[in-house]
Amino acid sequence: MPDAPVRPDQAHFFAADTELGLVDQVDETSAPTSLWADAWQNLRRRPLFWVSAALIALVLLVAAFPSMFTSLDPRFCELRNSLGEPTAGHPFGFDRQGCDIYARTIYGARASVATGVLTTLLVLIVGGIVGGVAGFYGGWFDSLLSRVTDIFFAIPLVLAAIVVMQMFKESRNILTVVLVLGIFGWPQLARVTRGAVVAVRHSEFVTAARALGASRLATLIRHVAPNASGPVIVTSTVALGTYIVAEATLSFLGIGLPPQITSWGADIAKAQTSLRSEPMVLFYPSAALALTVLSFIMMGDAVRDALDPKARTR
Amino acid sequence: MIPVEIDTQAPPLATTVEPLLRISDLEVSFATANGLVQAVRGVSLTVYPGQTVAIVGESGSGKSTTAHAVIGLLPGTGKVTGGTIEFGGVDITQADAKDMVALRGKEIGLVPQDPMSNLNPVWKVGFQVKEALRANGVATGSAATARANELLAEAGLRDAARRAKQYPHQFSGGMLQRALIAIGLAARPQLLIADEPTSALDVTVQRTVLDHLQGLTRELGTAVLFITHDLGLAAERADHLVVMYRGKVVESGPAREILADPSHPYTRRLVASAPSLASRRIQSAKERGVRSSELLTHAGDDGPSRRDDIISVEHLTRVFRLPGGRPGATRELTAVDDVTFAIPRGTTTALVGESGSGKSTVAKIVLNLLEPTSGRVLIDGTDVSTLDRRRLFDFRRRVQPIFQNPYGSLDPMYSIYRTIEEPLRIHGVGDKRTREARVRELLDLVALPASTMRRFPNELSGGQRQRIAIARALALEPEMIVCDEAVSALDVLVQAQVLTLLNDLQTELGLTYLFITHDLAVVRQIADEVCVMQDGRIVEAATTDEVFDHPREEYTRELLDAIPGARLAMTPDRGDPEPTDAAVL
Amino acid sequence: MAWYIGRRLVQTIPVFLGATLLIYAMVFALPGDPVAALGGDRGLSPALVERIRESFNLDKPFLVQYLLYLKGVVTFDFGTTFSGRSVRDVIGEALPTTFMLAFMALVFEAVLGVAAGLVAGLRKGKAFDATVLIVSLFVIAVPTFVIGFVLQFTVGVKWGVLPPTVGSDVSVRTLLLPAMVLGAVSLAYVLRLTRTSVAENLTADYVRTATAKGLSRPRVVTVHVLRNSLIPVVTFLGADLGALMGGAIITEGIFNINGVGGTLYRAILQGQSSTVVSLTTVLVVIYIAANLLVDVLYAALDPRIRYA
Repeated sequence: MPDAPVRPDQAHFFAADTELGLVDQVDETSAPTSLWADAWQNLRRRPLFWVSAALIALVLLVAAFPSMFTSLDPRFCELRNSLGEPTAGHPFGFDRQGCDIYARTIYGARASVATGVLTTLLVLIVGGIVGGVAGFYGGWFDSLLSRVTDIFFAIPLVLAAIVVMQMFKESRNILTVVLVLGIFGWPQLARVTRGAVVAVRHSEFVTAARALGASRLATLIRHVAPNASGPVIVTSTVALGTYIVAEATLSFLGIGLPPQITSWGADIAKAQTSLRSEPMVLFYPSAALALTVLSFIMMGDAVRDALDPKARTR
Repeated sequence: MIPVEIDTQAPPLATTVEPLLRISDLEVSFATANGLVQAVRGVSLTVYPGQTVAIVGESGSGKSTTAHAVIGLLPGTGKVTGGTIEFGGVDITQADAKDMVALRGKEIGLVPQDPMSNLNPVWKVGFQVKEALRANGVATGSAATARANELLAEAGLRDAARRAKQYPHQFSGGMLQRALIAIGLAARPQLLIADEPTSALDVTVQRTVLDHLQGLTRELGTAVLFITHDLGLAAERADHLVVMYRGKVVESGPAREILADPSHPYTRRLVASAPSLASRRIQSAKERGVRSSELLTHAGDDGPSRRDDIISVEHLTRVFRLPGGRPGATRELTAVDDVTFAIPRGTTTALVGESGSGKSTVAKIVLNLLEPTSGRVLIDGTDVSTLDRRRLFDFRRRVQPIFQNPYGSLDPMYSIYRTIEEPLRIHGVGDKRTREARVRELLDLVALPASTMRRFPNELSGGQRQRIAIARALALEPEMIVCDEAVSALDVLVQAQVLTLLNDLQTELGLTYLFITHDLAVVRQIADEVCVMQDGRIVEAATTDEVFDHPREEYTRELLDAIPGARLAMTPDRGDPEPTDAAVL
Repeated sequence: MAWYIGRRLVQTIPVFLGATLLIYAMVFALPGDPVAALGGDRGLSPALVERIRESFNLDKPFLVQYLLYLKGVVTFDFGTTFSGRSVRDVIGEALPTTFMLAFMALVFEAVLGVAAGLVAGLRKGKAFDATVLIVSLFVIAVPTFVIGFVLQFTVGVKWGVLPPTVGSDVSVRTLLLPAMVLGAVSLAYVLRLTRTSVAENLTADYVRTATAKGLSRPRVVTVHVLRNSLIPVVTFLGADLGALMGGAIITEGIFNINGVGGTLYRAILQGQSSTVVSLTTVLVVIYIAANLLVDVLYAALDPRIRYA
C-alpha cells in the first residue's frame, strides 16, 4: 500500500456547504465521553447515589476504625446497668447484659461489612470467572455449568447456609461464614455473568476483533469483560446487602458468628427477650443493619439506572 | 434555507373539496435533560380525501414525529408546542383524551413500522383484529369473528380463518404486516397513516404488501399519509411528496415534478444520491476523467486463465444443525449450498440476496470466522483451511471485514484512537509514536479530523462510525475487504458518501471488495460483478451491466422489479452522470 | 406443550439428584462428626455411637450411604428423629400448616404487590411511585426477623389486634400476621418487578398500536400492559413459593408455629443433624416442584414458549 497521500479533492469531499455539513462535523469542544464517563455523568446527578455513597463511606469507616467513634469496649458489660436508660456517654443506653448499646452497634459493623465484602469478593472471583468462561467459550463447559447452577439454585441460600453452619460447632468465625455463603452464592453471579457475556459475545465488535487477528482470550479480556461488567457490578452490589442479611440471620439463629464476635444479628436475637420492656434495645442494631444493607441496595439501584441506556434517555 | 411555498397544492378532484387533514405550522418538542429539543419546526401540509401523500426524510428529520402527532401518540415527553392539526375541520391538538380515543381507529388508522414488535405476542392475531372492531363499534361477538377473518383475507392473508387462531410469532414478517394492515383498516378510517410500513421486510415482500395496500386504499377511497426514508418508494406510491429535513418541510409538490425538477438543494442532493434512481457505477475521483465504458470492461471478459483472482470460493456448503420440535431431534438447514465464485484483484463483486439466502454465511466463511461443511476458500491459490496459526494471522492482515451495523461494530468502551490502533497493536506494527501517526493518516483517509481520536463511538453519527470502521479495516493495509451490508443501516446521503469513499479507496489502494447486500440499487453503484443468491445457491452470476440489463433468471427479474422506483418511467436518463452529484457530498 | 413439559420433567431429574447429593454431602461428609455432635456436651457411649452410625449407614462407603439415603427420600422414608418419632409423621403433621402459611403469604404479596406495582409503573416518576419504591427498599433492607419482632410486638402484643403467637391454634386469623411477615420481603420484590415490567411494556410498540386501534385506556392497560407484565411476575411468584417454605424457618420460629420451618428451627437449635437433613430435603423437593410448576405456568402464559 502506498503511503496514503492527502488528496487535494479531500478538502471539498465532505465539505460543509449546507446544513448537511453540520451533521457530519465532530463536536470537538465537549469533553470526550466513554460509556463509563457517560454513566458517571448520569450517576453524579442522582441524589440516591450520593446518599448511598455517603452511607457506604460511613459504614466502611466505622467498620475499619470503630475506636474513632467510641472509646468504650463493647464487651465490657456490667449487670447493674442492665437495660439502663441512655446517660451521658451512653447515648443508646444499655442492653440486658448491661453492655453499652452504642459501642456494640459501632463494633457490630465490622462483622457485617467484613462478611459482606469478603463474600462478595469470593463470589465475584469464582462466579465471574466461571460464568465468563462458560458464556464466552460455550460448549460442554457451559452445559455443565448450567446444570450445576440449577442444582445450587434448587437450595435456597439461607437454607443451605443453615444446614452447613450448624455442622460447624466450634470453629465458627467470619471466614467460615464467608466460605459457606460464597459456596452457595457464586452460582447466582455466575449466571448473571454468563448472561452478560453471551449478550456481548455476539456483538459485531467482538467478531471484528477476532477478524483483526486477536486471540480468543485477548478478545475476552479486552472487549467482552469490560462491556459485560455493568450487570455484574450491579448484581454484586445488591448481593453484598443480601449477604449481610444472611449473616445476620445465621447469627440470629445462633449458628453464625460466635458470641465473642460482636454482631448485629446476635444482638438482635438477644434483644428479642427485652422487646416488651425496652424496644429501643432492638431498634439500634436493627437500624444499623438496615441502613447498611439499604445503602448497598440503593447504590446498586443507582448504578443500574445510570448504566441502563433506556432509563438514561428518559 | 430557501423558503418554500407549501399550500399551492391543488386538490386532486375538484377545488371545492375540503382537505381531510390540514397541518399548519406544527411544532413538536421533546423535554430532555438539556432542555426542550424541537423535533418538528413549523411543518405545514395538507391531505385531501382519497389522496396519498408521502413524507420523505432521513432519520431524525421529524417525519415519524409529525405522523405520531396526527394520531396523538407522541412518544415519551413529546408535546405539540405550536400550530394546529385540523382533521375534518376540527383542531385535534385541542381535543381531550376521550375525543382522541373516538378518533383513533375509527377515523385515523395506523400501520406501524416494525411488524415484528407491533402485535402483542400473547394474544391471537384474530383477537387483536376483533379488538379493533369492538372498540370502534363495528361488530361484536361472532359477527366480529367473521368480520376479522374477512379483513385478514382482504389484507391478503391466505387461509385467514385458520391464521386468525394463531399467535404473532407463528407469522412471517410479511404476514404480520398484512395483519397490521387489516387492523389499521378495520373500522374503515378516512385517513391511514403508514409509517415506514415495509422497511423491515425483504424487497420482494415489500412490493407485494405495498401493492396490496395501495389497491385496497384506492378501492376504499382511504387517504394515506405515507412515511418513508426512500424517495424512490415515495415517488412510486404517492401523488404528492413532502420532503422533510431537520424538522422542517423543505419542499413539497406532486411526486413527479419533484423528482424531475427538485428545487431545494437538499432535495436535489437526495434525488441525485438515491440509489434506486442512480443507474451507473460510481466513479472514483481519478476515474472521473476516464470514460466509464473503459472502467466497466476490465472485468468479466478476460478468460479465467488470465484472470488474477485474489480469492476463489469452490463448492462451498454449510449445513447448520438446529434443534427440532422434539427433544433430541435435530433438523438440518443448508444455509450455503454449493457456492462457487472468484473475485479478480482490484474489483468489486456483490453477493445479493434476501434474508435467509445465505449471503452473510458466505461472508463469514470467506473471513474464516466460520468453517464450511464442505468446499474450500482459496486466497492466491492457497486453501485457507490449511493455514497454520501464524499464516492465519497473516491472512487476517490481508482480508478485513466491515460490518452492517455502525453502532454494533465498534466497541463502545474504546476511544476512536484505540479502535483504529487495535489492529496495529495486535500485529505488532511500529511503536507507539508511529502507530499514532498511522492513526492520524487513516483518519485523514476517511476524511475525519485528527481530533476525532479522543472521541468515543457514541459521540459519532452512523456515517462517521462506519468511516471509523473503514479506517480500522484499512489499518493493516489489507488487499481485500468484505463488506457485510456495510451501508444498509445508513441514510441515503450518508450511504452515497460512504460508497464514494469506498470506491475512491479502491482505485487508490488497489483494494478488492466482496460486497454483501440485499439492495440491488446499491449493487449498481459499486459492483463490477454480481452473484445473486437464493436459498443458499447462486442462481445468477454475471457482470453488473448484464444482470441489470439482461437478467436471465426469473428471480433476478423479480428482485430488479422490486427496487423501489424501478418502475418509474420518468427516471431521468443519467447514463453519463454528473460526477459532482455524488462526490460533493 | 406436552413435549415441553416432558422435557422440563427430564431436566429436573439431574437437578434433584444433584441437590440431594449436595445436601447429603454437606451434612455427612463434611469435617465434624454429626454423631458425636448428637450427644452435646455430655458425649455418647461408644456402643451407642456405633449403633447410630449403623442406623444412618455411616459405616458404609459414601456412595452407598447416599444411595440408601436417596432410596429413603424416594420412598418417603426419612428415618426417625432424635426423640424416636418417625420423621415422616413429623412432616405429615407440619407440612399442611406450612403450606397454608406459605399460600397466605403468596396471596398477600401477589395481590398487594401487583396492585401497587401497577399503579407505580403507570405513574413512574410521580410521588406515589417514589414513595412506594423507598418503602420497598426499606422492607428489603430490614431482615425478616426484625420485621417479625416489630409486628409481633406492636400488632400482636401492644395493640392486640391479632394473636402474637400461633401454637396449636392454626387458623387463617392466627396465621395472618406471620403470613404478612413471611411475604413482606417478597412483596417488595413483586412490587418492583411489576413496576419495572409495566413501565417497560407501556412503551412497547404493540401497546401504541393497541391505542391507535381506538382502544380505551383502561382496556389497553389491562388487556395489553398488565397481561404481558404478569408473565415475569407469575414466574417469580411460583419460584417464591419454594423460597417461602424456606423462609418459614425464621417466621415459624418467631411465631411459634408447628410447621416444617418451626420443626427445622428447633432441630437446628438442638443439633439434630438427621432431622435437619430430612426436612431440608423435603423443602428442596418442594422448591424443585414449585419451579417445575412455574415453567408449566410460564408456557401457559406465554405462547412463544409453548410452541417453541
